[in-house]
Formats: sequence, structure tokens, C-alpha cells
Amino acid sequence: MIAWQEPLVDAVYVVAVLVFILGLRAMSSPATARRGIVQAGVAMLIAVAVTFVIPGLRYPNFPLIALGVILGSLAGWYWARVVQMTAMPQMVAIFNGMGGGSAAAIGAVEMLGNLSNTSISGLALAGAVIGATSIAGSMIAFLKLQGWLRSKPIVYPVQQPTNIAVLVVGVGFGVYAVWMTQTVWLLPFFVLMILFGLLLALPIGGADMPVVISLFNALTGIAVALDGFALVSGPLGDAGYAMVIAGTLVGAAGSLLTLLMAKAMNRSVGNVLFGAFGATEETGTTIHGSMKPIEAEDVAAMLAYANTVVVAPGYGMAVAQAQQKVKELADLLEARGVTVKFAIHPVAGRMPGHMNVLLAEAGISYDKLFDRDEINPEFSNVDVVLVIGANDVVNPAAHRAGSPLQGMPILDVENAHNVIVIKRGQGKGFAGIENDLFYKDNCHMLYGDAQAAVGKLVTALKKMD
Amino acid sequence: MAADLWTALFIGILAAFVGYEVISRVPVLLHTPLMSGSNFIHGIVLVGAIVALGFSTTPVEQGVGLVAVIMGAMNVTGGYVVTERILAMFDRSKKKGGGP
Repeated sequence: MIAWQEPLVDAVYVVAVLVFILGLRAMSSPATARRGIVQAGVAMLIAVAVTFVIPGLRYPNFPLIALGVILGSLAGWYWARVVQMTAMPQMVAIFNGMGGGSAAAIGAVEMLGNLSNTSISGLALAGAVIGATSIAGSMIAFLKLQGWLRSKPIVYPVQQPTNIAVLVVGVGFGVYAVWMTQTVWLLPFFVLMILFGLLLALPIGGADMPVVISLFNALTGIAVALDGFALVSGPLGDAGYAMVIAGTLVGAAGSLLTLLMAKAMNRSVGNVLFGAFGATEETGTTIHGSMKPIEAEDVAAMLAYANTVVVAPGYGMAVAQAQQKVKELADLLEARGVTVKFAIHPVAGRMPGHMNVLLAEAGISYDKLFDRDEINPEFSNVDVVLVIGANDVVNPAAHRAGSPLQGMPILDVENAHNVIVIKRGQGKGFAGIENDLFYKDNCHMLYGDAQAAVGKLVTALKKMD
Repeated sequence: MAADLWTALFIGILAAFVGYEVISRVPVLLHTPLMSGSNFIHGIVLVGAIVALGFSTTPVEQGVGLVAVIMGAMNVTGGYVVTERILAMFDRSKKKGGGP
């Protein structure tokens, strides 16, 4: 008798995968993006539901499956609901880590059940290597972004050789377990793979997180695809095809995004991962001039009588949760007839597109947000640039030979008539490099927490009416 | 079943190119929802976790499989909710329209 379940399951997976691709495609425009993700969500729900009718699943396990799905969904739903928008980078990191962990655990189950089948267990092993690295690395990224762990690179002697040794020995245990078909060696394998993921992420600094988050996203995708390969090699493994496609899709997307982010910093992915960038401070360069403080009232007057104002936000705006005040300021200026634009550097903040999300949250229309390439030629016609909590992405040292930032594409705010930098103190940016911009003649410093400082500007502007 | 593995490999190669093509059209503006959206898409891992736990026979397999299902469910649900929340904001700013 031909079971009706198998064709149904296959058909649903085919449609689901198609909707996933269309959903990602819909992200090419803000007008269609939301509809795309909702459709993908419905497809995912049906794909998960139909999985329960796959013939051969053991009924005694159903209560466990239901328990797991309910627990995990409730936790994920609740956490994603209550979290502040400013905490989005760590949320993306943690949910990505969960996917990696799930892939690693699937790898473990597949190996335990099919250790004698070298092709299945080998693929499952590969999935487990990458999945375990991804969950452990994502957890470190989460802790760093949450501020529970020092965001500066954590370095120790012979770091890279140690990490490589952990990786090699760990994978060695895994291969040995598969080769000798002895499950006991899987335990040290998983312990060392988790350790490797932790060690890999420790020396990576906070400002490099846009690269790291997209990289771990790509890794989880690849781990899922590898598990998919393992499943299709086994009996009744149609779910594997869906995992191969969806996982590879994400692996490719994440890899592309990782490369884009690294390129935006003019550094290789290898340098981001292993360079411990920002661990040491630049010494020996002297910059002429001085930092010139300015009062909020003077800045307000300067802004009020400007034709064009460009706001260049950075991580400092996110930390101070200043985006609402920034919106208020922009509204006041626009009411006075000032053109207000926002200059967004690709790696400003802690994840790709971080600033866009925060400004959208504040209700700032996205057609006022401009990419670096769009806005850079305009700066010479801009009256005032307001740099809010950004540092390295506006540092003209990037144009100076010998600087660690050399070659990094920056926002050329120094070309504007006036530059106002809102900054908490005189400290250096993440890269640990003096910012030449602050010493320029056309640059003035408005010291203070971003929210408080922009608040003062708003108050001062209101008084002028 | 080696034939299935090769089929999957062909499919995987094509999927990689589809992913690359589809993603390279996404504007910088939507990089965060793209990332969290693709994060949600790899939540398909939940399907694999259900299959793995469903076929489990020993308590150890069941325990590890349960962990896989919980984590997969968190990934897919959390990834969806986060992405939808972010895109809802872009939706709202769209309706307000540009300019004063």
C-alpha cells in the first residue's frame, strides 16, 4: 500500500522552500519585505506541522516532541517580544546560536543512531562541528553585546595555536568515534568543539560584531545543510532536502553579508577573526591642534540657521537610546525649513544595518537615510554635520598612510562646513586610534551622553521660537 | 542511499547560487531584517530535530533530540518574531511617507 503521507509531506516541503526563497527576495524592498516574511512564517508553520505525519516516526516520542516544540516556541516568542529594539544584535546572536545548537544536537542523534553508516555519521559529524562552533561563538557574541563580558578583545599568549590545537584534537575525537564506531568518544568531541567556539569568539572586539554575527549566521546555515545531507542519506529523509536548500540559502546569504561587512572595514574576514583588532592602542603619532568644546546653545543656533544638516549616528546613539531625541530634533529643524539627512555607515553599530533599525524605530522615514556612497559627495555642501556617538567610521586617519584604519571607507564628514561631535569624553574609539577629525578647525566637541546632549539641543531650539 | 546524497548535492549547489543572487539585491537599509530573516529561515532545523527525535530509540538519543527540538523551536519562533517586529517598523515609516 502506498502511504498518502509521503507525497503530502514532500509537496508541502517543496512549496515551503519556494516561499522561503520568495520571502528572502521580497527583502529587496521595504514595501514588500514584511509580507514576504509573514508568508515565509506561514510556510514554516505548515512545514513543521506536516512533519508529524512522516511515516515511521515512533509514537512514544510524540509527547517529547510536543513538549520541546511548546517549550522552545514559548521561550523564543516571549523573549523576542519583550526585548528592547536596542538589544536586537544580541537577540539575533542568541537565536542564531540556538539554531547552531539544534544542528549540533541533530548531528549527535544521527551519529548515535547511525554510527555504523560512515556516510551518514560523517556528514552528521561535520554538521556537529560547525553547529557546536556556532552556538558557542554566538553565546560569546551575546555576552559581549549584552555587556556581561568585556567587549574589548580578550587575548592571551599563544592564543591562535591553542585554538587550532583544540579544534584539531576535538575533530580528531569525532573522527575517531565515527571510525571506530564507539559513541563514548563523542563526549570529548562535543566538549572540545564547544570550547573551540568559545575561544574563537573571545578575541573579537565589540565593533567587529557586524562581521561576526553574519559569519555565525552563515555557519549555522551550513550546519543545517550538512545535517540535511545526513538525513537524505538515511531512510525517510525527505526533510533533509528542505534543510539542504534552506541551510545552503542562508549559508550563501550569510557569507555574502559577512564579506560585505568586512569590506566596509577594509579588512579581511581572517583579520577580523584572528587579528584581535583594537587590543592595542596606537602610539607615537602626534596630531596638531586641539579639541574645541562648544555649548549646546551655540550648536542649536548653528543648526537652526543651517540649510542642510546631516546626522551621522554610531553605536553611542544606540547605547544612550538617543534615537527618539534625534527624531525630535530632526522634526524641530524640519519645521524651521532645514533639510535633515542621515548618513549611515555600513558597520556603524553592532550588526549590519543596526542604525537603520534604530532610526526606523524612532519613526524616521527611511528615505532620509543615505548610504556612505550616496552621501559622501554631498558633504562639501552641508552646513553642519552632527556626529552622534560615532568615532572610527568618521576618522580621517583612514586616509593617512600607516594608520591601522588606513583604507577603511569612511563618512567624509570633515568636508562639511561645520562638524559637531557629540561624545561622552575625550576617549578613543573602538580601534584605539586618535581621531584626527576632532582636532580639525571646523570641528567642535559637545561633551555628554548622546541622549542628554541631543535633549539639550532640543530644549535650546524650542527656546529660540 | 548514495543516489539521494548526490541529488542533494546538486540541489545544494543550485541553492547556494540562488541565495547569492537573491541576497545581493537587498539594500543596506534592510541588512538587519535580512540577517534575522535568514536566521529564521535556518529555523527549518526544527523539522530535522523533530525527525531526529521522532526516530530516536534510546534514552540518550531522546534526551539529545529533545534539546535539538527545544533549541530549534526557539530559533524559528524567536527569529520570526524579531524579524517581523523590525519589518513592522519599516512598514510604519513607509506609510508616513517621506519629507515634511
